Amino acid sequence: MTAIALNDVRKSFGRTEIIRGVTLNIPKGERHAIIGPNGAGKTTLFNLISGRFPISGGSITVNGQSTADLAPQEINRLGLSRSFQITSIFPRMSVFENIRCGLLWSQGYRYSFWHLLGRQKGLTEAAEALLEKLNLTARRNLLAGLLSYAEQRALEIGITIAGGADIILLDEPTAGMSHSETDYAVDLIRKVSEGKTLLMVEHDMGVVFGLADRVTVLVYGEVIASDAPAAIRGNAAVREAYLGTDQH
Amino acid sequence: MSFVRRNWLWLLAAVILLAVPFLFYDWTKGRHSGFALTLLSEIGVMAIFALSFNMLMGQAGLLSFGHAVLFGLGSYCTAHAINAVKAGTFWMPIELVPLVGGLGGLVFGYLLGWLATKQRATAFAMITMGLGELVSAAALMFMAFFGGEGGISIDRVMGTSLFGISYATPWQVYCLVLIWAFIAASLMKLQTETPLGRIANATRDNFERAQFVGYDPRIVRLMQFTLSGFFAGIAGGLYVMIYEIVTFDTLGAAKSANALLAAYIGGAGGFFGPILGTIVVVLLQSGVSLISSAWLLYVGVLFIVMVMFAPVGLIGLIGMHTPIRRIGRLGELVVPYLRAFPAALSVMLGFVLMVELASNITIGAAQGKKFAIAGMLINTGSPVIWGIGLLGLIGGGFWLRIEARRFRRRWDALIEDAKRQGVVV
Repeated sequence: MTAIALNDVRKSFGRTEIIRGVTLNIPKGERHAIIGPNGAGKTTLFNLISGRFPISGGSITVNGQSTADLAPQEINRLGLSRSFQITSIFPRMSVFENIRCGLLWSQGYRYSFWHLLGRQKGLTEAAEALLEKLNLTARRNLLAGLLSYAEQRALEIGITIAGGADIILLDEPTAGMSHSETDYAVDLIRKVSEGKTLLMVEHDMGVVFGLADRVTVLVYGEVIASDAPAAIRGNAAVREAYLGTDQH
Repeated sequence: MSFVRRNWLWLLAAVILLAVPFLFYDWTKGRHSGFALTLLSEIGVMAIFALSFNMLMGQAGLLSFGHAVLFGLGSYCTAHAINAVKAGTFWMPIELVPLVGGLGGLVFGYLLGWLATKQRATAFAMITMGLGELVSAAALMFMAFFGGEGGISIDRVMGTSLFGISYATPWQVYCLVLIWAFIAASLMKLQTETPLGRIANATRDNFERAQFVGYDPRIVRLMQFTLSGFFAGIAGGLYVMIYEIVTFDTLGAAKSANALLAAYIGGAGGFFGPILGTIVVVLLQSGVSLISSAWLLYVGVLFIVMVMFAPVGLIGLIGMHTPIRRIGRLGELVVPYLRAFPAALSVMLGFVLMVELASNITIGAAQGKKFAIAGMLINTGSPVIWGIGLLGLIGGGFWLRIEARRFRRRWDALIEDAKRQGVVV
């Protein structure tokens, strides 16, 4: 079964074509990394898959359904959730409330104004269990905007997975982190993506080769290779285009 | 007992609000002061209105410049309902009449909100401003519903009370306003603790993130707008019961601005902020306006001062003391506050004196008004009195700066201590 299928996807901003015909199939349960030099269109590709931008050509399916004309929230409801390259949380709400907001839709509360959240035991327990998993229990009542950078990144991963999506897109989840923070984040990502489809953009090759089952290399909006990490490491075209000869 | 403990603030407020009118009670004649009761009723109504405005601004991050439209339309709907009951074409208990305003606000909230919430941020603000102007203009065109410039008059003594109350006296109306204010405020408070209320906060903080957890921000905005219209309509319904007339200025930009002023001055960040703001604004409007023709200027200056120096509003200023209270050192601020007080007072009095002098020279004198302080007639042309005003303002300003710096040092030290003790700031 295919989780995400891209077929000749194209995207132009004005006259500039950023994504130039990407075809990619990501089977269910795969941990897949997208790498490529700056400006290759990795984040743009994420924005197309998650519906942040409309595509200019080609087609995308998520869990077998075409995402053409779907709004981001509708794609989310197909079971796809994402994080952002620049941390995107709810800064003026508590850490606990951030997670709870991530849970609300999937738990069926929708736009209810007749449930009192304080009385929803199951919801509170689910949010607290997730906080525990993220190691943020001690920060429960702090405003999310006051967390440290690494904690905010962890919280964002928490919001992303809270709704129980089976496809998770992470955009540079370890960007800007120290070594120890990165190790912690990798463990966390491995833990939360268990049994799910993971698609991530990442610059840190240690993270990529440590986590991914398959790696796709994107250069100037085109896929130049998509293979197992070991094969990517040995691929001459990739080395030339991206990794450079002295990096690995 | 636990009900009392959980809701002590509300109960305390209820007791105080029922007691306040008796401060103005005329014991010799055995009569309530009509002025005080009307003022207090106005505060109650405007508090509901400001809270409903804050459902948009504080909770959902939506700045509406046309919120009075929902208030005013609620008023008109209520007025027509009361007249229908009087005419015998319709029956409903007078106690529930404000609900007609609420339903009117709800329906119009949905209709107008459907247009306005297509956008957010600045575009939303512009659409609401346009809608405000549109409905105000329409009020003078559609005579049958709005009654033109004369508005719609009612007689609130309908004789359909559930409890046999006539509502002929301001005291009875005040009690009805209080009950509705408590119902509306507690419902709005509860609404903040529902999924919709929280997601409204989420779309305020980061609408895109809200989309990626499955919510359509447009629907969140629309529902929040519609519900806020319901409460604004209730306020409008009560308004018409107090004054027994509704005119097109209830729909206008000035009324919308009132809610905005109350929310900003009181603080949009805390639920109760707009209530504090309403008290200040209504007292300035209805109290100070009796003494000074420059009252509007004071409202404006207060607004600017708050936005510049205390954007968190009165409730935010109070909230800033929490960490110091937690470490039990609030008492150490008493002296710095007392020291800063005369300096601040001097600035204020100096400013007020100069404004009043100017106002007397430009308008007051032409109206034949004399300028007196504590019964003493003052020559407004005298350089001495202007000098006193200037000294109070500028000298007091320098004095206040010195005291403010001293205060700041003390404050920073206490906050530092609170941080050390692990009280989160």
